[in-house]
Amino acid sequence: MSTVDKAGKEPVAVVGIGQTKHVAARRDVSIAGLVREAAGRALQDAELTWADIDAVVIGKAPDFFEGVMMPELYLADALGAVGKPMLRVHTAGSVGGSTALVAANLIAARVHGTVLTLAFEKQSESNAMWGLSLPIPFQQPLLAGAGGFFAPHVRAYMRRSGAPETVGSLVAYKDRRNALKNPYAHLHEHDITLEKVQASPMLWDPIRYSETCPSSDGACAMVLTDRAGAARSPRPPAWMLGGAMRSEPTLFAGKDCVSPQAGKDCAADVYRQAGITDPRREIDAVEMYVPFSWYEPMWLENLGFADEGEGWKLTESGATELDGDLPVNMSGGVLSTNPIGASGMIRFAEAALQVRGQAGEHQVDGARRVLGHAYGGGSQFFSMWLVGAQPPTV
Amino acid sequence: MPEVLKAPLVLEFPFTRSLGPVQSAFLTGLRERVVLGVKTADGRTLVPPVEYDPVTAEEIRDLVEVAPTGTVTTWAWNPAPRRGQPLQEQFAWVLVKLDGADTALLHVLDAPGPDAVHTGMRVRIRWAAERSGAITDIACFEPYDGSQAPQLTGHDGPFEEMVTGIVAPARLDYTYGPGRAQSAYINSLAEQRTVGERCPSCRKVYVPPRGACPTCGVATAEQVEVGPRGTVTTYCIVNIKAKNLDIEVPYVYAHIALDGADLALHGRIAGIPYDQVRMGLRVEPVWTEGGRYPDHYRPTGEPDADYETYKELL
Repeated sequence: MSTVDKAGKEPVAVVGIGQTKHVAARRDVSIAGLVREAAGRALQDAELTWADIDAVVIGKAPDFFEGVMMPELYLADALGAVGKPMLRVHTAGSVGGSTALVAANLIAARVHGTVLTLAFEKQSESNAMWGLSLPIPFQQPLLAGAGGFFAPHVRAYMRRSGAPETVGSLVAYKDRRNALKNPYAHLHEHDITLEKVQASPMLWDPIRYSETCPSSDGACAMVLTDRAGAARSPRPPAWMLGGAMRSEPTLFAGKDCVSPQAGKDCAADVYRQAGITDPRREIDAVEMYVPFSWYEPMWLENLGFADEGEGWKLTESGATELDGDLPVNMSGGVLSTNPIGASGMIRFAEAALQVRGQAGEHQVDGARRVLGHAYGGGSQFFSMWLVGAQPPTV
Repeated sequence: MPEVLKAPLVLEFPFTRSLGPVQSAFLTGLRERVVLGVKTADGRTLVPPVEYDPVTAEEIRDLVEVAPTGTVTTWAWNPAPRRGQPLQEQFAWVLVKLDGADTALLHVLDAPGPDAVHTGMRVRIRWAAERSGAITDIACFEPYDGSQAPQLTGHDGPFEEMVTGIVAPARLDYTYGPGRAQSAYINSLAEQRTVGERCPSCRKVYVPPRGACPTCGVATAEQVEVGPRGTVTTYCIVNIKAKNLDIEVPYVYAHIALDGADLALHGRIAGIPYDQVRMGLRVEPVWTEGGRYPDHYRPTGEPDADYETYKELL
């Protein structure tokens, strides 16, 4: 193994991961207290102190989701950033993923040795559906939150793929059961049944209540470091094998809202960096951003795990169950936990937990390469990383 | 130059904030006319207090009372108070280092004019008559001549019925301007015509137009009338009301590709039971007197469009 890859980049390792217990409302802490809790746990996991951190990269949901409060300014002391570089990333719902990638790139470029990255949201202090349905003069007010925006795309997928109507409920039932094995997940629905999911009310037909994500308060933090830092890590690191971001406009003539080109390009870039030629065979598990259950089969296709129109068959076959051969959202996913600003980073962190062998009850045996995925806006921003148990060799 | 539209746009929301232990004690203290600071590891007293030490990053919880009197460290005159500011008459913004504190608190000073304000002047808190546990429990600062020295209670934080959360109303006042291309589109709609713009490069017709093609990155100018009929390419049935959205549910939110347009616009379908709406349904706009846009689209009665004709426009 060479010590430096062909592009001359420093290898990036995840050596600390911390999450809060995600819940509907954390009224006992301020936003500073919430992020501090996740950051403290990540430092503890890495057995590092604030003094070991060279820079802080933070992300949160769009300002209208919880009010403008300039977190990069207000949270500097809570995150030990006084006297250090601190910067904030904005990419709507994908922000947790792109925040981690900005932090990783600072290490890959050898700007910093060890970076704390963190994303959060307290949905209880606001109303995201209001934030997503702001009135605009001269325009007919029509949009009813994210569900109203994405439901027509789900119907388009169902028509295009010919998927049976039950596929969405299978995903929701699986993710809610996976969440029971994750102590940090928001929803712990011990009495969940497939029948209950299928009998839940239609909110934005064809999306049912139980096929949507909850509204959560939570934060997620990671300590990323270079090769030297990884050598000092008390626990096995997760290594970044590839990471990429892509964006495209929300609306343009020729946009494929079901399987956006930016998502395909982003995945292809990650696979190229990691030397993956057959993701279905070479990747062991996926934490993907599925806020509405039907997005599992849609992203399975977009990410190259299934041919176009075939993603639902993977879901229906049970392949994406925790004991399947391509487990998806072992943590319970966004469907069980959704502090929007943090949701992307939770995907990235859960992927890292898997390859470190530290996912506890929802651990996939022998997971060696796991994909973390996030998207945001109107299927407009994509961010992904592939992490592995072994350092990059190319 | 055709009319470019403008309109006021006000966005406001009563965001809430959980306070955590330090801000909770600080604001409850103000309700009780007690000002609390927090001690740092290096022995300084921060007012207003924070939860984490700015030097060591350690959690700090050691609350101490400071005086309601202090010294102006710097100031700025505000000749024209705006809505929601603490005083309605002219006032000075001041940073006040309270006696016993090492940092300054931002607030306002009631003074007759800028000549009455100077850095180093002594001031004291004027408490609000009604106090609820908010920074506005300090109505303002006022000049202090040194008489009636304040009595401190030596308070260190715990109170009966602690304030644990506040409402932080946010309000943004914009003047919204949709720009040249959308103004032309909106003005055409008022004449019951739907007019898009064609990209000179890829020839796609954008409805509504944005003034530029997002794919080619070039300006669009050539106007093209589309519709009025179109095809429902996909849709959902909305059964849940959004805050501030005044539409009876259920309603059908549809992507509608107007004949001649290269992407679908979004509209409401009515004039047909909501559970009979389908992909491929042919529709036409229904206008209301003086309306800025079609109220909704209704079935034309034509046979449904073939999927192959609209599958790229979902």
